[in-house]
Amino acid sequence: MIELRGVHKAFGTNRVLRGVDLFVARGTSMVVIGGSGTGKSVMLKCILGLVEPDAGEITVDGTEVHEGDHDAFLARFGMLFQGGALFDSLPVWQNVAFRLLRGALKRPKAEAREIAVEKLRRVGLSPDVADSYPAELSGGMQKRVGLARAIAAEPEIIFFDEPTTGLDPIMAGVINDLIREIVTEMGATAIAITHDMTSVRAIADNVAMLHDGVIKWTGPVADLDASGDPYVDQFIHGRAEGPIAAVR
Amino acid sequence: MSPLAPLGALGRAVLRLLGEVGAVALYALSAVSHVVRPPFYAREFGVALIQIGWLSLPVVGLTALFTGGALALQIYAGGARFNAEAVVPQIVAIGIVRELGPVLGGLMVAARVASSIAAEIGTMKVTEQIDALVTLSTDPMKYLTAPRVLAATLAVPVLVAVGDSVGIMGGYLVGLARLGFNGAAYLENTVNFLETWDILSGLVKGAAFGFIVALMGCYHGMNSRRGAQGVGRATKQAVVSSSVLIFAANYILTELFFAA
Ligand SMILES: Nc1ncnc2c1ncn2[C@@H]1O[C@H](COP(=O)(O)OP(=O)(O)OP(=O)(O)O)[C@@H](O)[C@H]1O
Ligand SMILES: [Mg+2]
Repeated sequence: MIELRGVHKAFGTNRVLRGVDLFVARGTSMVVIGGSGTGKSVMLKCILGLVEPDAGEITVDGTEVHEGDHDAFLARFGMLFQGGALFDSLPVWQNVAFRLLRGALKRPKAEAREIAVEKLRRVGLSPDVADSYPAELSGGMQKRVGLARAIAAEPEIIFFDEPTTGLDPIMAGVINDLIREIVTEMGATAIAITHDMTSVRAIADNVAMLHDGVIKWTGPVADLDASGDPYVDQFIHGRAEGPIAAVR
Repeated sequence: MSPLAPLGALGRAVLRLLGEVGAVALYALSAVSHVVRPPFYAREFGVALIQIGWLSLPVVGLTALFTGGALALQIYAGGARFNAEAVVPQIVAIGIVRELGPVLGGLMVAARVASSIAAEIGTMKVTEQIDALVTLSTDPMKYLTAPRVLAATLAVPVLVAVGDSVGIMGGYLVGLARLGFNGAAYLENTVNFLETWDILSGLVKGAAFGFIVALMGCYHGMNSRRGAQGVGRATKQAVVSSSVLIFAANYILTELFFAA
């Protein structure tokens, strides 16, 4: 469904992606792991067209992402940004219901609000926060509002950039279950980035490891422990010694 | 260092400037095209109107009041003592309505509005809110730029009109209190002397300046670099460039309107 072939992206002299190949099948979840600063977030932004790759091909359902109607293309996506990226001029519920309040998916205000409150409940937030502003919430709460916004319009493809970072272990478990549920029950296709190995095992059908600008290893999550790949082994066990330098 | 190095640096600076001018021109065209095409974000437009128009009234009014007063004193002191009672109101009216009202009003709006637009949009840019807008199928040009540009283009002429009245009142107050003029004669001199085009030209200038201010605020905000420093830089550039462009546009418009 989503396919990247030979994707390159450099910022000045900083060559971040150097030929990324990745395939994500419809209705499956792919978890991308890799050291901080290796370009995982940049890769997601390339797929969404927020960052223009220097070379390579990115297709969704066989069509190039730069071709065709970009609005219709983006309407199929939901994205949780690493920093939440909530609109701080709007109250929480209008953030969550943003898509439902304007454009093609517009519906009555009361209905949009109802959906927003329901999505907030699913990410473990009480209806009380619906009328607060993002700046009044804690980091982890903002993250969960961002997650609620990403899933609000029930998109078929959802990207999660570090969905559980900054959450307590219980809330992280709730979010992992939610993501898993969205993929298995709603049949969504998901790409998640995470550093949390518990999350990886809870969310992933497949895992890909990004390092040095390329996908070093990819395979089903069941093979993660027996990958035989020194990079993956070092990463999942969090060892300081190994092929991945500690200073990056 | 090669003797040609300074030339090279100069060339690079000129090229960068030309590139920037081109980028701003394209951005302006795109902004205008988004203003006239649906969808139209009424709520954002309303908020922008309040921010840019209503909340700028005090600062524009005070600026005009003191300028009108100072102008009256200057002209009186500056040699027009023969028949001062007729000349002071006339020059105050012309000076405020044609030139100082729009320019000073535009500059005050640049300081207040270009900076806040650039800081707001710049912060949105560096916290990925602009990216988030795009992924939510909302065009930032349409949602952020178009309402602000339209609101400023409509609101600043109104601010200028208010500033004109307040500025003339400043001259009137000083004329009465300090120079011992007759109030009725002052007003009569003002009204008889001013022509409709004097006032209209100032309002047209106001619209142009409003457009410039919102456009530069949005442009620099959208192109803000990363981090707090990037936003600070964008804010500064928005104020500086809109002020300079206001002066340039003022000269061009004056040339167009009044050069015989
Ligand atoms: N807009 C940009 N301009 C310049 N450099 C950028 C930009 N976006 C990302 N980079 C650079 O690209 C590299 C990868 O960034 P990215 O955010 O993708 O890392 P990441 O893998 O998501 O890391 P983390 O796990 O810490 O979030 C970094 O070196 C970063 O400095
Ligand atoms: Mg990242």
